[in-house]
Amino acid sequence: MELLELMEGVLTKYSLVTAFAVIGVTVWVSYFLSERLTKGRIHGSAIAILIGLILAYVGGATTGGRQGIADVSVLSGIGLMGGAMLRDLAIVATAFGVRMDEFRSTGLTGIVSLLAGVLSSFFVGACVAYAFGYTDAVSMTTIGGGAATYIVGPVTGTALGATDEVRALSVAAGLVKSILVMILTPFIAKYIGLDNPRSALIFGGLMGTTSGVAAGLAATDPKLVPYGAMTATFYTGLGCLLGPSAVYFVIRAIVS
Amino acid sequence: MAIYGTALLCICLLIGMIVGKLLGLAVGVDANVGGVGIAMLLLILACDRLQKSGKMQPPTERGVAFWSSIYIPIVVAMAASQNVVAALRGGPMAILAGILAVGIGFALVPVISQIGDSDSTEDSSSSLPGKES
Repeated sequence: MELLELMEGVLTKYSLVTAFAVIGVTVWVSYFLSERLTKGRIHGSAIAILIGLILAYVGGATTGGRQGIADVSVLSGIGLMGGAMLRDLAIVATAFGVRMDEFRSTGLTGIVSLLAGVLSSFFVGACVAYAFGYTDAVSMTTIGGGAATYIVGPVTGTALGATDEVRALSVAAGLVKSILVMILTPFIAKYIGLDNPRSALIFGGLMGTTSGVAAGLAATDPKLVPYGAMTATFYTGLGCLLGPSAVYFVIRAIVS
Repeated sequence: MAIYGTALLCICLLIGMIVGKLLGLAVGVDANVGGVGIAMLLLILACDRLQKSGKMQPPTERGVAFWSSIYIPIVVAMAASQNVVAALRGGPMAILAGILAVGIGFALVPVISQIGDSDSTEDSSSSLPGKES
């Protein structure tokens, strides 16, 4: 078994290299499955993202960690490769080749979609919280924040002094949202006209979860990524701004 | 050289993240407000300038293009390092909140697309009313 230990040592030490190799093979398998099993109807990257999520579940279930498959020590490089740093670098790089005027004409629509996205998420989340017996304004706002993104929830909860349990629930709601956006976007895209830069920009503003939007659009049409990512990047900040202030006051006025 | 392109990309991202943090501080929230978006705008402007003045050599472009082309694998790695277990453990309330938030988001895409369409009827590009049944 010394050989196994030796291999493990190399793979762990060169973790980012291991990650590129493993992800590369995963992507290759996904495109192969896409072509052979679905005749290209389900995009290869959609399958790759789904495999990624399944791996994340397996990793989380076996190690008890919070970083999916990256908690398996030989695969820890996947956490670095898919972490915020390289993700943001790659998202910005997708803007290369985009023309400025494609953004300029959609400024107002972008702002409208951001406001609609943030407020509707808070509304839906707060209603669900109420239905499940969390009837105080602090818990409702926090879970509403979670329905916005898994960052808005805990930030709002911390600002308002929500309980640990409610904050954890808000993170879970945000994770569910982000995962659903990743999986469903390529299938829903054609029904909601998500096939041009303008609608991608609106989609980013409405959904707001950067990881969900980034992955969902990648699996739909990689050309749309920079537009969706552009508005989504303002969403979490806006949510953190409105949650503990305006949204909380409105909810408190309604329920008390 | 390719590193010029990669360095340009990295500088744009760093400036964007710093400005995003400052914006967050300015409005009093502990979050990055639009850092990635600002970085994207900077990159678009910088590339536009450099291309027009002819200073953007093909190798420099490849230094940016590589990161753009590695985007999907990075997203796959991101998916593989999500806390899927916690999402499912959140129970029916978290799952329902997530589902409804996504549902309303999808439903609003065509609605807001149309609002904007009627706003800008003068740029007669393709905005015929009722094109999407």
